[in-house]
Amino acid sequence: MPGSGSVLAPAGPQAADIAAVTWVFFAVCGAVYVLVLGAVAVALARRRSGHDETPAAEARLTRVVTGASVVTAVVLAVLTWVSFRGERRVQALPQDDALEVTVLGRQWWWEFQYPGSRPTDFVSSPNELHIPVGRKVLLTTISRDVIHSFWVPSLHGKRDLVPGMPSKTWFQADHAGVYRGLCAEFCGHQHAHMAFAVVAEPPAQFEAWLRGQRQPAAAPSDADASRGHDVFMRGTCVMCHAVRGTDAGSRIGPDLTHVASRRTLASGTLPTTREQLTRWIADPQAIKPGVRMPPQPLGDADLAAVVAYLESLR
Amino acid sequence: MTANGAGAYVVVVCAALLAAGCRREARPFEQLAVAARASEGANQSDLAAGAGPAPAAATANPLQDNAWAQSEGKRLFSAFNCTGCHANGGGAIGPALIDDDWIYGFAPDAIYTSIVQGRPNGMPAFRQRLADFQAWQLVSYVQSMSGQTPIDGSPGRSDHMQARPPEIVQPYQGRRRTGHR
Repeated sequence: MPGSGSVLAPAGPQAADIAAVTWVFFAVCGAVYVLVLGAVAVALARRRSGHDETPAAEARLTRVVTGASVVTAVVLAVLTWVSFRGERRVQALPQDDALEVTVLGRQWWWEFQYPGSRPTDFVSSPNELHIPVGRKVLLTTISRDVIHSFWVPSLHGKRDLVPGMPSKTWFQADHAGVYRGLCAEFCGHQHAHMAFAVVAEPPAQFEAWLRGQRQPAAAPSDADASRGHDVFMRGTCVMCHAVRGTDAGSRIGPDLTHVASRRTLASGTLPTTREQLTRWIADPQAIKPGVRMPPQPLGDADLAAVVAYLESLR
Repeated sequence: MTANGAGAYVVVVCAALLAAGCRREARPFEQLAVAARASEGANQSDLAAGAGPAPAAATANPLQDNAWAQSEGKRLFSAFNCTGCHANGGGAIGPALIDDDWIYGFAPDAIYTSIVQGRPNGMPAFRQRLADFQAWQLVSYVQSMSGQTPIDGSPGRSDHMQARPPEIVQPYQGRRRTGHR
């Protein structure tokens, strides 16, 4: 699985808020736990002697109990305030210039769409979300089938994707890096293989990536890739996959226009190498049982040609 | 019968019912690689050119009455834009599929042939474009549209018009036979 991430190693303002709330709760609840256990230990050690049931002792006990109750109420009120304040800071949507990305959850992969000012600027990046460092990213989350949950532990809390109910959230990465993202709501057979990478880059590098992704697919340059292109367009591949700049335009499966430029295949399941690509195309059901992609009973030569074609899509 | 005997009997019956349910819900992912050979047309004729017997054509739906196959078929039906011509079974450019009026027959192999080989006047051939099991999944769903499959295997709910009452409203009344034209 690509990237790293932990809620305790925040890399963005919201994750930092969430981590702060977590630590406050941990410290307060830890202190209360220690105090309560201490009180129990004291009570066990000081067995009832029978001599302290005087009116004065009663009054002292009443004061102690009342004091403990007041302290408890104050602690709970403070925790409520801390939680409420953290929630407000995390949920408020940015009003300023944010990068807009549409997140589509599917069984079992993610699609990140970058709308452009022109239709030809449309970019679809499966399982790899590139963002500029230090800029807010406004995410519109949509589910195409069942309930998923979008979670990048280093950047933000979870956001459920409920079918028929698009919602908006945002995050921001303060440091460049590759962060691990995953689906946090059980969504079927391959829920566990539904990871993605968030690649936070300096703005100039991000713009260069986006410009590259906006290019249509390169025409096959050698004979092998050319044969692979033909197999792709005449076979079952073209029923589900899009390669911009060719006749393949289906949006059922991941966009393959720049498939070789991505780090992983099959939603963080395999590294993008020739061997793994070959294995995956030949029988994805052996690697990710239940995945919507059917096995491809191509001959060895056709299979190698398709792999060569896909590898040329950088 | 002793109490133990009765208990064992109940257990056996329950296990049999459960096993039947498993088959209905079976998802044979590990067999899909074998079932995925690109779809070929069922033979239209028993005659074959050259020597030797004609290769056996697939005539029975291997995914008959399988709930998973029907719901996958339902998904593919819109994913592959069958809805573009048949709407959600009501028909538009292409014929309706939720009625009992079948130009080329209602049997599974006839539907398979229609999908894989195409039909004159507009139905495209999906030969080589579908894995074989996907074609059969579509057959399962198309059959369920006109009520030819047991109701307990049908996709759980539909937002579109269909030939029978919603699955939850009415129990299965027995397999419905639809007619030829």
